[in-house]
Amino acid sequence: MSTGFDSTGPQASVASVTDRVRRIEIGAPVAAACFLGDKAAFVCAEESVALVGADNVVTKVDVNGGGILCSASDGKRLVLGGDDGRLVALDSKGRTQVLATDAKRRWIDNVALHSDGSVAWSSGKTAFAQQPKGEARSLDVPSTVGGLAFAPKGFRLAVAHYNGVTMWFPNMAASKPEFLEWKGSHLGVNFSPDGRFIVTTMHESALHGWRLADNKHMRMSGYPSRVRSMSWTVGGKGLATSGADCVIVWPFASKDGPMGKEPGMLAPLPGKVTAVACHPKSDILAAGYSNGTVMLVRLNDGAEILARAKDDVAVSALAWDAKGATLAFATEQGAAGLLTL
Amino acid sequence: MSAPASEKIPVTVLTGYLGAGKTTLLNRILSEQHGKKYAVIVNEFGEIGIDNDLVIGADEEVFEMNNGCICCTVRGDLVRILDGLMKRKGKFDAIIVETTGLADPAPVAQTFFVDEDVQNNARLDAVVTVADAKWLSDRLKDAPEAKNQIAFADVIVLNKTDLVSKPELAEVEARIRGINPYAKVHRTERCQVKLEDVLERGAFDLDRILEIEPEFLEAGDDHDHHHHDHDHHHHHGHDHHHDHAHGGLKHYHDEEMQSISIRTSKPLDPDKFMPWLQALVQRDGQKILRSKGILAFKDDDDRYVFQGVHMMLEGDHQRKWKDDEKRESRIVFIGRELPEQAIREGFESCIAS
Repeated sequence: MSTGFDSTGPQASVASVTDRVRRIEIGAPVAAACFLGDKAAFVCAEESVALVGADNVVTKVDVNGGGILCSASDGKRLVLGGDDGRLVALDSKGRTQVLATDAKRRWIDNVALHSDGSVAWSSGKTAFAQQPKGEARSLDVPSTVGGLAFAPKGFRLAVAHYNGVTMWFPNMAASKPEFLEWKGSHLGVNFSPDGRFIVTTMHESALHGWRLADNKHMRMSGYPSRVRSMSWTVGGKGLATSGADCVIVWPFASKDGPMGKEPGMLAPLPGKVTAVACHPKSDILAAGYSNGTVMLVRLNDGAEILARAKDDVAVSALAWDAKGATLAFATEQGAAGLLTL
Repeated sequence: MSAPASEKIPVTVLTGYLGAGKTTLLNRILSEQHGKKYAVIVNEFGEIGIDNDLVIGADEEVFEMNNGCICCTVRGDLVRILDGLMKRKGKFDAIIVETTGLADPAPVAQTFFVDEDVQNNARLDAVVTVADAKWLSDRLKDAPEAKNQIAFADVIVLNKTDLVSKPELAEVEARIRGINPYAKVHRTERCQVKLEDVLERGAFDLDRILEIEPEFLEAGDDHDHHHHDHDHHHHHGHDHHHDHAHGGLKHYHDEEMQSISIRTSKPLDPDKFMPWLQALVQRDGQKILRSKGILAFKDDDDRYVFQGVHMMLEGDHQRKWKDDEKRESRIVFIGRELPEQAIREGFESCIAS
């Protein structure tokens, strides 16, 4: 796909579930959302995380002395990196634990979690990785780390930076990390759930991917703006992305991934998709837009259900709980909602 | 989702060759009581003597963009830092980006043209260059970086004037003017310049290029120096001062770096001008360091303004022409070995028939 996405079309009247949304006011810009046990967690742009339980009561927990630059969750804990140089973990009970403090108080720019409890983070050009009972190990890459992702299997970390991705086995100090090269600045990085593919978001409005079996390149371009949000559809069959005026879903089911194929283009709206979150169990995704709309979209036929009406404030956070029963969303100005299906 | 220009956070880029006095100026900005809070992006953490959680160390990572434009480079670290700083919007009034003494200002400036997120939240207010009055003339001969920094400047703080004689000062200033007649020059000792003269200038509002007549400057007038060094020499009689200091002002044409200014009171044809300008910067963008313009288009009641760095251009309708305002177009280029004749002829051909 190399041309712009042409997805204009009449907007049919869509079904709405907006009346079933529990509206929550966070009172601060929200940067990310996730679920910790039975609580929804909204990561504020600065200082705190708002935990919301079934009673809709908002409990704010201070996690950081300044801006919260990154966050990642495995469902049991939420780990946050801040501009105060601290890496902090938060659990569903609101307990915090400082996992690391940068000696020079450098910003913690990125964080990633592994399902086995390992954590990775980065400051400037240095990536760190630590297993639950191990020592933190570090790796310097040639330029500032843009993104981190653990491989689904094994203790292996993808470190995205300028001109490519370094594939690091933190426990194998002797071996030189493999380097996947592609010119340009790579900001986000993501493994497919089966570990066969790796995809980066680039500073330019494009994705780049590699098939790890043979390091074959995949260029995914044509976005009108930068891709900030990616989410794998159930079973890893497709990669849903923000950045266009509709949800772009790249097909990854076949062994060649999206090579030579057209992406799916779902739920076009006059606005830009700013966040996507795929349902963990069904062929459904949630999409948030720059105008504040949140849509539920069925992958196979593109049927849409309105979950939040537009108010011209961009949706900045979207997350499903582990069972796929409840969707959390929030905007740049802190208007949040919980929708239980 | 781009915020209106007035809500965007102003960014001042502070350049200057090694030892010119950038750190002195930065320390002043951070320590003086001015009621404003600045986020400062520095290249050397240790040099700033102030403990401030809004002082951020940068790596000066210059990234090429994959957009087929060979001179299109941005500061990758700056993109990341500005993104992070936006989380703390409301905690500071403006941002200052210090570059290293050997840095080319182009990647920093281009970051504000190329990056969509940066553009949405911040605007380049001015490039401020600190220059050493004693050594600048030498550096202009042997250090291309120093010349670039002068060429890029909107504001020049000509520092250490106490270390040179008046003729030497006139000489260095004439050299600056030979490269960049449009920058506002402040003469200082130990960077004692009023902060409002360097910060939040809105220098990119461009009106200045309409006010300045390079020919006028060359004739020896100099209305930019009303407030220099009065603390030390009590030169309140500006006319008198000018007669002596600038009566014999030399003017230099730098052999390598020039500026071209063209104006016309005839309306331009936008369908001719835009393609011409775009083709010009595509072809000669490597030579053109800065371009700026205020344009009066045919049958258009709005002023159109543009500015550019190398091949990057940014332009927009700015506001209605005022009734008492002369509708004329003015464009300025600063660069190396500029094809002056071709530029002048090209511009002429864009006048609406």
